[in-house]
Amino acid sequence: MSDENQPIDFLGAYCPLPLTHSEQIVIGHGSGGRLSYDLIRSVFATHLTNPLLEQGDDGVALPPIDPEFEIVVSTDSHVISPIFFPGGDIGKLAVCGTVNDIAVMGAKPLYLTAGFILEEGLPVDVLEFIVSSMAKSAEEAGVAIVAGDTKVVERGKGDGIFINTSGVGIRPRSLHISGRNAKVGDRIILSGPLGEHGVAVLQARGDLGFLSDLQSDVAPLNHLIAGALEAGMQDRGNAIHTMRDPTRGGLATTLNEIARQSNVGIVINEAEIPIQETVISVCEMLGFDPLYMANEGKCVFIVDPEGTDRVLKAIRADRYGSKARVIGEVVSDHPQKVLLKTMIGSTRLVDMLSGELLPRIC
Amino acid sequence: MDTKLRYGFRDTKLVQAKVRQIQKLVTRPWAIMEICGGQTHSIKKFGLDQLLPPEIEFIHGPGCPVCVTSLELIDKALQIAALPNVIFTSYGDMLRVPGSKGDLFSVKANGGDVRVVYSPLDSLKIAQENPRKEVVFFAIGFETTAPANAMSVLQAEAMGINNFSLLVSHVCVPPAMRAILNSPSNRVQGFLAAGHVCTVMGYWEYIPIAEEYRVPIVVTGFEPLDILEGVYRVVRQLEGGTHEVENAYSRLVTYEGNQAAQKVIQQVFEVCDRKWRGIGTIPKSGWKLRDVYLKFDAEHRFDTHSIETQESPLCIAGLVLQGLKKPYECSAFGTLCTPQNPLGATMVSSEGACAAYYLYSRNLESPKMNHV
Repeated sequence: MSDENQPIDFLGAYCPLPLTHSEQIVIGHGSGGRLSYDLIRSVFATHLTNPLLEQGDDGVALPPIDPEFEIVVSTDSHVISPIFFPGGDIGKLAVCGTVNDIAVMGAKPLYLTAGFILEEGLPVDVLEFIVSSMAKSAEEAGVAIVAGDTKVVERGKGDGIFINTSGVGIRPRSLHISGRNAKVGDRIILSGPLGEHGVAVLQARGDLGFLSDLQSDVAPLNHLIAGALEAGMQDRGNAIHTMRDPTRGGLATTLNEIARQSNVGIVINEAEIPIQETVISVCEMLGFDPLYMANEGKCVFIVDPEGTDRVLKAIRADRYGSKARVIGEVVSDHPQKVLLKTMIGSTRLVDMLSGELLPRIC
Repeated sequence: MDTKLRYGFRDTKLVQAKVRQIQKLVTRPWAIMEICGGQTHSIKKFGLDQLLPPEIEFIHGPGCPVCVTSLELIDKALQIAALPNVIFTSYGDMLRVPGSKGDLFSVKANGGDVRVVYSPLDSLKIAQENPRKEVVFFAIGFETTAPANAMSVLQAEAMGINNFSLLVSHVCVPPAMRAILNSPSNRVQGFLAAGHVCTVMGYWEYIPIAEEYRVPIVVTGFEPLDILEGVYRVVRQLEGGTHEVENAYSRLVTYEGNQAAQKVIQQVFEVCDRKWRGIGTIPKSGWKLRDVYLKFDAEHRFDTHSIETQESPLCIAGLVLQGLKKPYECSAFGTLCTPQNPLGATMVSSEGACAAYYLYSRNLESPKMNHV
């Protein structure tokens, strides 16, 4: 029997403290409670600071815009696998993708929102790297991330991380940029070589069994596009009639969309289309066509012939446009179809991408 | 790999010079069959048929393994791939080939574990990493893919990997050429033999065919200049009345071929009758696993119950594969049958004749196609 009067030796607080879960994402990070708050403070707020985001309310009130401008909105979800690839990551892609979608509308992108769907088990330092990458790209593009949301799904129900970004930009009311505006005689400018993002991601998946030093072209194009629009200004409207970024589906799909929207024919010259040798080799081996490979830092411009030289010069002056070329023109023949003049003097149809790109057997 | 393709075997001046040589040579119409789907793809992609004189007609041969794999076997693949404990691996372009009901993509969408691989050795790795699963590789192809498939079986045996098997649908070129030449409706007067097949097999097998059927055969590559050189040599023989086997792909092909590869094929496979989709059974035209390797045969391992197959009644792929009809002569071409919604296998693979016509030239020839 122990003596009930014997003083108990208290060792300190016995109540078990909850783990802080600061190393990997758990369901509680999406609960809206303490863990969510900590995550926002330690990861998101560290990298994405601006007065609008710091208001901390359920939504954000944006400053009024000049009545001579209209508002352009776009949204894009990013589910890329793997989340890191040569030349970028899902965060950079999520910012650049939406910035570019706003920019090709002829608008100046100003604000982004970001929605994160995280899978249980994602290391927090991976998330932090991705958020810091988003911050860098947003800074380069000159846009502010003004609202955000985080949800967590159970392990196995996501692929590490999905990011949705929505963007807001402003465009002068007088500027008419649309896929419907391509006119017969217009020239087609491509801002640089094709297929680098598509091939870089294929490589990063690691199932090709070979590697090259190729990097994804993912980049914010809004400054390049602003320069092109300035150079394109003329007495009546802008020399640039249409802009579009050839992402999934590649150049072939983008040109087909424009040909259909504007009810015109398009002819491109194989000899003028810039493509890196590495991209050609990988595509030849796998039976892919670079015309269908994804790009994340390229833009197609459809331009009045009189303004083409000025616009091309402005694009080439930008760091992302030094290899820009005039690759073809808009014609009245074969409306809604895109034809390619091959280097050996024949002509063939260039169709939209049908389904997923599949490697050929031999 | 030579990365200067664009400036070597696709050189504009050399191509045009070769076309002029052919123009000078031709005095009357000739029907030439390119055996291989890869060559069909090149002809349409580079528009070579537009450059050549109208006397030269290409008849597109049955050399697309995706297209000729029989419907029964596709249906078996769909059954096996849907089994709960199976990882079904395949070259990418098989995923869209329609079976009687659905394709491998739809099996995947319904929860089947279907994965695209680039080589059977990748599947073997998957089998190693998933010892509790059955890993099946869809071993289709001509002589070109056979060595790697045979090697995967030898490696599986050497490494004691027992959860790996092949669903085999190997086909061989020479018996198909004989079947075409034996057909009463045959129109083929000369052949471009498939360069890649010959890198493995050499061209000794073609000498008796050229002799027996008095038909010129030229081993031909896949770049524009390769194909034009093949056409030039076939036409030269046809105009001169000779019927020999020539090698126009000597930078890769030798008379005897790759002996080591042939030895591995012989060790693992034996000749069998094989059903070709759209054509029917051609005697001794395929390879199956030898009895000693029966345990690696997916047909043996899985009980695929009897399957009733159902081809689309509209599809004329059989006539296209035999060179009796052009794809655009089909009533469904480009309307009911497209690469997004194929009725037959020739519309699926980019090497299939129908898909090549659809992708590269559907508004460039034949008045009908303007409506597509």
